[in-house]
Amino acid sequence: MRLVKVGIVVFPGSNCDRDMHHVLRDVFGFDVQYVWHTKPIPAGTDAVVLPGGFSYGDRLRAGAIAAHSPVMSDVRRLASKGTPVLGVCNGFQVLTESGILPGALLVNESLGFMCQWTDLVVENASTPFTSMLRAGQRIPIPIANGEGRYYADEDTVRDLWRGGRVVFRYADGPVNGSVGGIAGICNDDGNVVGMMPHPERAAEYETNPADCGPARMIFESLAGCASAQQISHAGYIGGGERGEARS
Amino acid sequence: MNLEQSELDYLTSRLGRIPRPAELHIVAAEWSEHCSYKSSKKHLRILPTDGPLVISEKGYDSGVLDVGGGYVVTAHIESHNHPSAVEPYGGAATGVGGVIRDILSAGTRPIAILDGLRFGNPRTDPRALWLFKNAVSGIADYGNCLGIPTVGGELEFDDSYAGYAMVDVAAIGFGKRDRLVRNHAEPGDVVVLLGGPTGRDGIGGSQFASDSLETEDRSAVQIPDPFIEKLLVEAVLEARSAGAIHAMKDLGGGGLSCAVSETADALGVGITINTDAVHAREDGMSVEEIMTSESQERMLVITDSVRGLQAIREICSKFGVSHSVIGAVKRDGMMRVTSGGRRAGGGEDIAAEMPAEVVANARLLDLPHQRPAYLDGIEDASCAPHAQGGGGAADYTDIIHRLMTSPNIASRSWVYSQYDHEVGIRTVVRPGADASVLRLDNGRYLAISMDGNPKHCYVNPRQGAIGCFEEACRNVVCTGAAPIGMLDHLQFGDPTDPGVFWTFVESVRGIADFAREMGIPCVGGKVSLYNETPSGPIKPTPVIAVLGLISGDDSDGGGSGGKRADNSAMQRMRAKPADGDHIIVVGSTKDEMGGSEYYEYIRGVVGGRCPAVSAAESRRNSGAILDITRRAGLSHMVHDCSKGGLAAAVSEVCLGVGLGCDVDIAGVPRAHDAGAAASGAAASGAAGAPARTMPDDVTLFSESHSRYVVLVPDGSLREVEDLLARSGAAHARIGRAARGAPRGRIIFRSGGRTVADLSVDKTRREWSGVLGGMVHGA
Repeated sequence: MRLVKVGIVVFPGSNCDRDMHHVLRDVFGFDVQYVWHTKPIPAGTDAVVLPGGFSYGDRLRAGAIAAHSPVMSDVRRLASKGTPVLGVCNGFQVLTESGILPGALLVNESLGFMCQWTDLVVENASTPFTSMLRAGQRIPIPIANGEGRYYADEDTVRDLWRGGRVVFRYADGPVNGSVGGIAGICNDDGNVVGMMPHPERAAEYETNPADCGPARMIFESLAGCASAQQISHAGYIGGGERGEARS
Repeated sequence: MNLEQSELDYLTSRLGRIPRPAELHIVAAEWSEHCSYKSSKKHLRILPTDGPLVISEKGYDSGVLDVGGGYVVTAHIESHNHPSAVEPYGGAATGVGGVIRDILSAGTRPIAILDGLRFGNPRTDPRALWLFKNAVSGIADYGNCLGIPTVGGELEFDDSYAGYAMVDVAAIGFGKRDRLVRNHAEPGDVVVLLGGPTGRDGIGGSQFASDSLETEDRSAVQIPDPFIEKLLVEAVLEARSAGAIHAMKDLGGGGLSCAVSETADALGVGITINTDAVHAREDGMSVEEIMTSESQERMLVITDSVRGLQAIREICSKFGVSHSVIGAVKRDGMMRVTSGGRRAGGGEDIAAEMPAEVVANARLLDLPHQRPAYLDGIEDASCAPHAQGGGGAADYTDIIHRLMTSPNIASRSWVYSQYDHEVGIRTVVRPGADASVLRLDNGRYLAISMDGNPKHCYVNPRQGAIGCFEEACRNVVCTGAAPIGMLDHLQFGDPTDPGVFWTFVESVRGIADFAREMGIPCVGGKVSLYNETPSGPIKPTPVIAVLGLISGDDSDGGGSGGKRADNSAMQRMRAKPADGDHIIVVGSTKDEMGGSEYYEYIRGVVGGRCPAVSAAESRRNSGAILDITRRAGLSHMVHDCSKGGLAAAVSEVCLGVGLGCDVDIAGVPRAHDAGAAASGAAASGAAGAPARTMPDDVTLFSESHSRYVVLVPDGSLREVEDLLARSGAAHARIGRAARGAPRGRIIFRSGGRTVADLSVDKTRREWSGVLGGMVHGA
């Protein structure tokens, strides 16, 4: 029984919310609810997803306005309680804009929108979204963004690497100019993951006939850990490397 | 305002009085060529619009096709040529916005966009690259923000568009049949305007688009706001699901004038609106400005005054969509526009009061048309066979390389990588293939292609138009889909020039005849006239989009979306050409070099015999291809043979996957009498005419229709050849992919002698980089 309750936050102008809903519910059997940005996240929600696409037309900066939506106080509260939170693309931008994750997503080095497939490498296989992947495993997956270049100051980037908080990096170099090729990171406790590529576009045979297995594991990981009642304050950073970056 | 004196007289006689100033503005907008189709309508009536899958409903702005399992697909096509030529970013973006709302107005969710772009020759037209780059940005920014994938389209550069831009946008919608908006209205219903505020942008846009582009009237270009459009889409779909929409119409060309008059006329009711109630971007707009503004992102909705209106208010409030109740439905068939009356003690002024039927139906014209003199002898043009290399051993390496790296044939990835072509997670065959394929919720797949060929159409407007149609069909057939409907977009110069208008009439007749012949209904279309550049009219530019349907496995049909198995349609679509595949060409090659890329781009010759479609051959060949593609594993790829001929088609297959090949064109099936082939008399059977009388450059570069390149694995060769032989389609095995060829080379031979030898890697690198290099290097 893995009918885990997942809330998909919907901001005005969100446009990958329905894709995420389809994959979570129809492909992986989660119990999925949309959460409109002015409404509270329902009690009993086991995981929260901030979907990709745009929000508020990405005015000002991608994610900047959504980060101030009423729902974000609930997201922040659940994130600090250890609830798994996944931000994809625009969702990642919302997480950095709201300070839940460090750094920022800048305009791509190409200065344009990029829609293409790339490979990720798993750097941290102990988050609720990667526990069924192996460190070093490759994931074929598409990116689709104009502001996808991860940036943080040197100290932060060093801390992210040392703390095992880089979850994914681009396998074949920084496609959009991301510092260190970083494609996804997590918070101190590992329960909040932000990533630029779109796992919901790579997790079905029809959309990714070549190899949808690895991307599926992102959702299977969530199903596995949530059904096993592993969600707790304990965090998901594996091994003994986590201490350094933590306050 | 552009009312002719005769139109003014007609209006006066229909009203029985002198028209009021606001009435003149309203009628001038609605009777513009853009809104009224007054020049073209007489001829458009010959297009077949009925078919077993077509659902007709009064007042729809898009075509509706039943695709089974309780679902419908909607489709429409529009252009935004004049605005894009002045302001390419905003013009192209609002072109996307407009056609999206046409899809929305039937109550369906937009699921895909295709765009056809045409500009001047970048080598001689300094504006071409600027227009190209910004039109692409406009489409990308708008479509990406909406979350609607741009899945396909086409791009072409041609001298006849110098300083000008052709931006065609087709959109596809999807929904449940029982949720279609059934346009109806009762007296007492209210008229609500949803979306962006009405401003002074785009005023007179429809008339601007109905005249030659002599002044760059930027105020006639609309301003795009995709965020408002996205909110509008979601709010309208939620209102639809709540049953709160009785009737709906997009505000496009002609603004409120067009939307109100056409809605009242289509539903057989009267509508009274008050312009003071319209939420406006600025104060002090006159009645005329409000009625003819083409501000974007607006929809007109008719709903009942109690429950429906309450639901719409709540939904608009949730999404932050502005709205205003601007009027009511009456029994009397009148379009009435009032102003004032909102201030205390002030009375309402009647600005316009005309029968909606009069406003919505311009008097149709019967323009003269006459074969233009330029066509005299144009198909007799020819040029001597290419003989570079000396000693009679012509070498085509350089020519094929130049063709593959020409702006009209090179890879389009620079364009489509800027479009989010995967959002919505329906895209199973992505841009860059012959047709794009979307999965539907009923277990089936929808294939779409959009094709035009002004070079062919210039040489022979009728055959050229049929050719565009057949090419779009071929592209869809390559994916294994059977065509179910088409959209036509007819773009020409000034229709009052009898020569230009003749090319229009010939094109429509050709399209109508072929549609009837093939049983493919026309489900939507658009006409764009007055496309003139300083050096004259554009080449005739009909653009045809064809939709095709693929069923998954029979056992899978009607299944729910999520966990569809590895069905045979998907197995086929995921297949890729492999080392050792046999290369088979299906269809016969004729001496039809007129309007070919080889003649115009390489040899600088305009003219020659235009490729002509034989309906019998078309049906035979496409039937054989569908038989092959419907059996999983028989072929690794089917590719359409068009621009650049067989040489380009084979090279594209190789460059797409980075494989070499070794083919010999000696065995290519040919038919020498193109006229006889067109009438269906020749080209039957697999043999074809003797090869030696056709020059190699004709075999390599002729753009004859109804041809396909098929890659067949060794194991299924016999089955495919048997199937082709039974079908009667001309075909021949001309070589193999990679195996036997020196590593990484594309080799063409003629009777054993090498006539071209290209490096896969080098050509591929250049082929992929041409468009980006053009824009960034400029």
